Amino acid sequence: MVPIAYYLVLSALLFSIGAGAFLIKRNIITVFMSIELMLNAVNLSFVAFAYQWHAIRGQIFVFFVMVVAAAEAAVGLAIIIAVYRTRNTLNVDQIDLMKL
Amino acid sequence: MNQVPDILRILPEVILTLAGVAVMMIEAVLHQNTSRRPLGWLAVGSVAAAFWASMAQFQMAPGTGFHGVVQTDSFSAFFHVLICGIVLVCCLIALDCMPERGENMGEFFALVLFGAVGMVLMSSAVELLLVFIALEISSISTYILAGFRKHSVKGPESSLKYFLLGSFATAFFLYGVALVFGATGTTNIREIAATLATTPMPAFPVIALAMMLIGIGFKVSAAPFQVWTPDVYEGAPSPVVALMSTAPKAAAFAVLLRLTYAVFPLLHVQWSSLLWLMAALSMTVGNLAALRQQNVKRMLAYSSIAHAGYLLVAFSAPSSEGIAAASFYAVAYAAMNVGIFAVVSHVGGYDDHLNSISDYRGVAYRSPLMGAVLAFFLISLIGIPFTGGFFGKFYVFAAALHAGAIWLAIIGLLNSGIAAYYYLRLLTTVYTRHAEDSAEPNIAPLSIPIVLALLLTVGSTLVLGIMPGRVLYAARWAASSVVPPTAAPTEIVVAPLQPAR
Repeated sequence: MVPIAYYLVLSALLFSIGAGAFLIKRNIITVFMSIELMLNAVNLSFVAFAYQWHAIRGQIFVFFVMVVAAAEAAVGLAIIIAVYRTRNTLNVDQIDLMKL
Repeated sequence: MNQVPDILRILPEVILTLAGVAVMMIEAVLHQNTSRRPLGWLAVGSVAAAFWASMAQFQMAPGTGFHGVVQTDSFSAFFHVLICGIVLVCCLIALDCMPERGENMGEFFALVLFGAVGMVLMSSAVELLLVFIALEISSISTYILAGFRKHSVKGPESSLKYFLLGSFATAFFLYGVALVFGATGTTNIREIAATLATTPMPAFPVIALAMMLIGIGFKVSAAPFQVWTPDVYEGAPSPVVALMSTAPKAAAFAVLLRLTYAVFPLLHVQWSSLLWLMAALSMTVGNLAALRQQNVKRMLAYSSIAHAGYLLVAFSAPSSEGIAAASFYAVAYAAMNVGIFAVVSHVGGYDDHLNSISDYRGVAYRSPLMGAVLAFFLISLIGIPFTGGFFGKFYVFAAALHAGAIWLAIIGLLNSGIAAYYYLRLLTTVYTRHAEDSAEPNIAPLSIPIVLALLLTVGSTLVLGIMPGRVLYAARWAASSVVPPTAAPTEIVVAPLQPAR
């Protein structure tokens, strides 16, 4: 059997990749996808912990995270479309009308 | 033990949800040219009903409902009342300044109501799953509201920045929850606290707490997680800024207070040093950056970062005194900040035709009332006596001093001095006579909603500044339901508080 630590390390790695991509990537859609990656990394942790504790709560949590992520995706893509309509670009570097 | 029916424990949420659904449905069947203003009044009425229902929760026997998922006690009732009050005034502000046609007013009020559901739920949730869902309900509504002027150039940009950074922060919060679940095997706040109190402290909860602090730090726009704030506030319509600079922050602070004081009292040394740093950074960064702002809304955005810092100062007190001071500050800050944004929305307009500080020149001569009210709120934000801002700061710094956080109090007081400069700069501009050659600022005539909004905000700021006793009593009562005043475990770790000493 695969020890739980493997899942946790994988989850932490995925989360870090997501966080790194969020900071590095320049296309809004890719940035958005890296957030989804972070959420799914968290889901992996939840499932692993739920298995370890024999607690169904963790798995239920995952369902809710998926539902919320879907709702967030719907709103997020709508916002991205609104941005594209006013700017004609999906590059985050060019969405810089307001700056410090 | 649990005599109160479950449905009464979430009565304000039920009222707000039903009203939101009703507003949305009516909006859909109304003819295109019909005025949407009655929908706004419907929203105002339902928020007032939710306000009343929240007041009634003070009388209710404290306890949990729905299998220990929500808890109503004086703490949740306190924040329910505060958030409902904020939303009520924000609906009035929106009624005043939104154009009757062209903008989807019905959707606006529906989103405000749904967002309010999430915010009030955050303050009564004692199950991390519900905290997460409530946080998302409130966040997703405010993401849309931030970009409500979708045909302007700045609106969608503001919304996008808020959305991306907000979701990023939520992921961190969620990872923290996952780690807590891994350490304790439960996601119920009270069960977590009970488990952590009996087991030796592994590394997990510390990392988990840090992750959650990142997530909540974003939501309350505390430095170093504050970068999104000025951009979002600049691009969002002013009534929305009035809402999102106060209500979601109050809700996030409620979660933070419950998490830190009730769940992790044994980690007080760790979280109080982290929050010490966040408080000092927020105050300094917010105030210094506000000095060089030319746009009024950006300046107020940095001022709200600084005020989040003042509020975080209260967390240096390990006992219920800190909670009481933080809760009181949340009320005082909400009253004056919503008030100042009521003036900004009315003077600057929904489309922000007056936005820079120089545009505000001579406003007090065009509209003496608006000038006077703006001056009053600026004075309160500075923290001059007889206003709510003074007592807010007083209790927060007193709590910090009692806890021995002398350096933090000194940093805070120095910052209040710096802050006076940029508030006074706006104040003198407003009272400077307008130059002869340029066009005079065009200010909309007064309407009933804005008069009501100003009466409520000026009234509460004055009451908080002259007789703060009742609110302070309520804040102490609220604090006592999170940490009993004589609780032993939090009193033990008083000494090693500040990393800076």
